[in-house]
Amino acid sequence: MSTAVAAIASAPAQRRPRRTWVGALIGVLLVLLTVLSVFVGVSDVSPAALLDGGRGSTAAFLLVASRAPRTIAVVLVGASLGIAGLIMQMLVRNKFVEPGTTGVTEFATFGMLLTMVLWPGMAVMGKMGVAAAFGLLGTWVFLRVIRAIPVRQLVLVPIVGIMLGGVVGSVTTFFAYRLDLLQSLGQWAQGSFSTVMQGRYELVWIAAAMVVVAWFAADRFSVVGLGEEFAVNLGLDYRRVVGIGMVIIAVITAAVLVTAGMIPFLGLVVPNVVSLIIGDNVRRAIPWVAGLSAVFVLACDILARVIRFPYEIPLSVIVGIIGAALFLWLLLRRRSHAH
Amino acid sequence: MIALENVTKRYGATTVVDDVSLTFGGEGIAALIGPNGAGKSTLFSLVGRLLKPDDGRVVVDGVDVATASSRELATALAVLRQDNHVAARLTVHDLVEFGRFPHSRGRLTVTDRDHIERAIDYLELDAYRGRFLDELSGGQRQRAFIAMVLAQDTRYVLLDEPLNNLDLRHMTEIMRLLRRMADELDKRIVVVLHDINFAATYADRIVAMRAGRVVADAAAGEVMDPDVLEAVYDTPVDVRDIDGRPVALYYS
Repeated sequence: MSTAVAAIASAPAQRRPRRTWVGALIGVLLVLLTVLSVFVGVSDVSPAALLDGGRGSTAAFLLVASRAPRTIAVVLVGASLGIAGLIMQMLVRNKFVEPGTTGVTEFATFGMLLTMVLWPGMAVMGKMGVAAAFGLLGTWVFLRVIRAIPVRQLVLVPIVGIMLGGVVGSVTTFFAYRLDLLQSLGQWAQGSFSTVMQGRYELVWIAAAMVVVAWFAADRFSVVGLGEEFAVNLGLDYRRVVGIGMVIIAVITAAVLVTAGMIPFLGLVVPNVVSLIIGDNVRRAIPWVAGLSAVFVLACDILARVIRFPYEIPLSVIVGIIGAALFLWLLLRRRSHAH
Repeated sequence: MIALENVTKRYGATTVVDDVSLTFGGEGIAALIGPNGAGKSTLFSLVGRLLKPDDGRVVVDGVDVATASSRELATALAVLRQDNHVAARLTVHDLVEFGRFPHSRGRLTVTDRDHIERAIDYLELDAYRGRFLDELSGGQRQRAFIAMVLAQDTRYVLLDEPLNNLDLRHMTEIMRLLRRMADELDKRIVVVLHDINFAATYADRIVAMRAGRVVADAAAGEVMDPDVLEAVYDTPVDVRDIDGRPVALYYS
């Protein structure tokens, strides 16, 4: 009896050091990969070259115009996509949703296509706005549809989402085909940071701002994750919190789509891994999800640059392969735990 | 006081709660009993502002629930629903902390922390505070939810079938705890129960519902009557006196 009690009492204490250790590792990796990302590429941008050439050198120009923007974009896109997934999982109370498995990305893509057809010269900010509006519509449609599915049907929810995305995606493809815009569509569908440059990535700061908004409303999202009944009992304006969450998801999805294209599985896999380590308290999870997502995308982006050096392969291919494997593992793990 | 005034709720053509007038809050524990589909849970949803009545109104401490600020209501009234299916991995401490939400809005003061600690102590959850809810047994999880409601520090506590899926020992444990909360902390508890013997043993008053209407509302001893219970449940119920207490037998 006394040993059992001792084991119970020491269980939480045992978990703590591992968490700190993993957290520190994520932090160190984030710094290392960020530095590495700045110096990996075809042209020689190395600390030595920067010191030799001074401010006017090619290396310095490349750093400011290309490498630094790319690295910043990768970090912010990664972090915000992870948060979009986390918030969506709290709103839907389902671990298998993210913008890519709920049709939100497809709706936003349809919005992008619409701007290309109806207003080809539209500024990138305007395109993002339209994409965000369609993303918001997509989130709303998805939330409406899944209201008919019991919360416990864990796997059915993302299946419905993927089907919804499939329908919208095929409509988009149809119009792109008819209007000879398939190539542009293919560009968005393949997430990549190879075209990111100064002046063409700044929208990711808007996505980053959404992460800050999410952090401020973190406790509200945690409570909403307990269900509408809990939220109302605690005096929360349920609809408003869901509304804020929908805007966060839509804006992040649109900003990422406009800057880098589709990056699959990220918003799904990372929050799940973090949930296993520290749980779902959103305030605690946000730095972890943001950090780990950034590390994940940074690592994949560096891989994309070096695998076929000096050529690049699309980032979404690498993220897709690793992400899909992780997703399968999570899915099978869940099953064996009878959740 | 929680007062329902001629409250009616319909789903399409079916009337789930039919012109119910009731007052809660005068006694420590009031048990709400009745067969499945009698409207007990809907009644809780109406009081807990999850549903709007089609007719009539619900008044808590003189304020109409329909127009009251949800946050203020949350400091007077706590409703714990039967579906405690929580997918989120939260620790016991996290959950209890969220009970302070109506007071703190996420910024915990010294008073809030004090309430959290007292609630965890009261439910004897100190050893489990760092555990995730999905790592707890049914009884421990139910206690964690009650600790959250306790931290919410409301006068009225509504519990919808808190004994669901619990074994004998944990059912008794929860009922004793509710009794203590009513006696020591002066809580006014309304609880939906299926086991009428628990209702008779621990409640001060029993309200029986059937087909959306209140069919009996009296002291626990008076409702424990074969004719009354048979009318409520539509099945013969024998009531015996064992050691001075009425015990309902409905097993054969």
